[in-house]
Amino acid sequence: MGNITLKQVSKSFGATTIIPNIDLNIEDGEFVVFVGPSGCGKSTLLRLIAGLEDVSGGSINIDGRDVTNEAPAKRKLAMVFQSYALYPHMTVAKNIAFPLKMAGESQEVIDRKVTEAARVLNLTNYLERRPGQLSGGQRQRVAIGRAIVRQPSAFLFDEPLSNLDAALRGTMRLEISELHHQLKTTMIYVTHDQIEAMTMADKIVVLNAGNVEQVGSPMELYRKPQNLFVAGFIGSPKMNLIEGEAAAKHGARTIGIRPEHLKISTSEGTWKAKVGVAEHLGSDTFLHVQADGIGPLTVRADGELAVQHGDTIYLTPNPSKVHRFGADGKAL
Amino acid sequence: MARTVSDSTKLGWTIAAWIVALLIFFPILYTIITSFKSETEAIAGFNLVPSGTLESYAEVQSQYNYFKPFMNSVILSVGSTILALIVAIPAAWSMAFSPTNRTKDILMWMLSTKMMPAVAVLVPMYLIFRDWNLLDNRGGLTVMLMLINLPIVVWMLYTYFREIPGEILEAARMDGASLWGEIVYVLTPMAVPGIASTLLLNIILAWNEAFWTIRLTTTNAAPLTAFIVSFSSPQGLFWAKLSAASTLAIAPILVLGWFSQKQLVRGLTFGAVK
Repeated sequence: MGNITLKQVSKSFGATTIIPNIDLNIEDGEFVVFVGPSGCGKSTLLRLIAGLEDVSGGSINIDGRDVTNEAPAKRKLAMVFQSYALYPHMTVAKNIAFPLKMAGESQEVIDRKVTEAARVLNLTNYLERRPGQLSGGQRQRVAIGRAIVRQPSAFLFDEPLSNLDAALRGTMRLEISELHHQLKTTMIYVTHDQIEAMTMADKIVVLNAGNVEQVGSPMELYRKPQNLFVAGFIGSPKMNLIEGEAAAKHGARTIGIRPEHLKISTSEGTWKAKVGVAEHLGSDTFLHVQADGIGPLTVRADGELAVQHGDTIYLTPNPSKVHRFGADGKAL
Repeated sequence: MARTVSDSTKLGWTIAAWIVALLIFFPILYTIITSFKSETEAIAGFNLVPSGTLESYAEVQSQYNYFKPFMNSVILSVGSTILALIVAIPAAWSMAFSPTNRTKDILMWMLSTKMMPAVAVLVPMYLIFRDWNLLDNRGGLTVMLMLINLPIVVWMLYTYFREIPGEILEAARMDGASLWGEIVYVLTPMAVPGIASTLLLNIILAWNEAFWTIRLTTTNAAPLTAFIVSFSSPQGLFWAKLSAASTLAIAPILVLGWFSQKQLVRGLTFGAVK
């Protein structure tokens, strides 16, 4: 089981309010990602759930039990830290065994579970090494191993991949997703990387300045962002946000159109634009253009598209994919 | 790109480093050399080749008992270090892991006591020791040495403890460790190298302390520093004997320092190098 409910949770450090008031329900077995820019309170929220910080108000329930004032160890949660936080003086085997040892398990049970975790995480050959002798990815797997042996009711990940290089990040992302499918345990994952959020989550919680901006599945957030913040945050490259006359034509203060929803033509279209930098990724090309009367836009085009710096092109937004926002920033 | 250094530059720096090292070590070396000379040789002038006689050592041993001041030095340095650690570990611990707004001020205040010349409090300290019957008393001197080095011990330990990442302690808490489990299985093993180098450095500092040990003792509690002094003043300038006594006094700490070089270097850099 791993049902987590936050009721009116708030957190302040002295006079600074980090989280004003949050209500959130996380279902058993869900992969929930807290995403938001630096300082939005996502890590604090995770630490509140973990019990590493005390709430200033509200309550936290895990599996129907009020754990608001319980010690971290009693919440049956396991956490993977950004710095891995492995015990440097212990071998990999001892690191993974540590929570079991603290729980007073017999040596036989410990050995069996450590062997099993090492097998799942491809660490069998490294059990006698110290963390200092491992690569970043291996350390991360040890940290995950230490978390899974406890069979917690939920896993908490605090930006676990941000210390890894891009290639390894991609691999570990898959491994964590695969692990979630195998274990089917609730996972709460904090990241500032919206790609991680989109690819891994069942449910994304977008946070900004301690407030929940929107909760939904990755595709819900992509298709129907409730406000400008979510519209600008989810999606890569970012959604083009246009104000002024072009927006007024759609009866909105601001309209948003994603780079992949702009049709390119060399002869005709709604907006005339001059090509600036073209980023060729192979499969795709991202064009940074200056549209007349609109301003800078990003366009996602076919990888084979042959346009040069300074070329003139015409862009037509897909009318069904135009997002409209009112003066208060909310979607219309 | 790393800076390229030519072989001749490297050789130049190596020679320079050796010269500086030799210059620093020279007084100790010359003391050792002189200790193997006869008194006539010793006053004859600068000479790096001793005759190799052991007469000074024999005389030092026959006239004075080396063992007693040696044992006093051991008791004072080890005793004051252990006392200092008992006081400093919890202090540094709490300052490192639950600091308040005033923690830095307290640390600075502690350090500032080291900026005062010891002689400034010689008279009051002497009077206190006299009135409490602590003159020439090992217990009193042990406490004195402990207090002198306490600021450095607290600072060193504080720096080491600060290096232990808070996330590791949080991980232990998440892993179900009680406060006791956290201390026994995680904190202590990680802090041991820091405590060990603090211990070594403090033993050396206490062993070499010559201001209070000479002024607050006469015979009973006199350590090796006082042992050396006893050769220099009353008997005039017997260089060879004085050198033999000095060599005997520094030999134990030199050996200790030699075997614990690695720990000491780490201790002396005060945790600055990570």
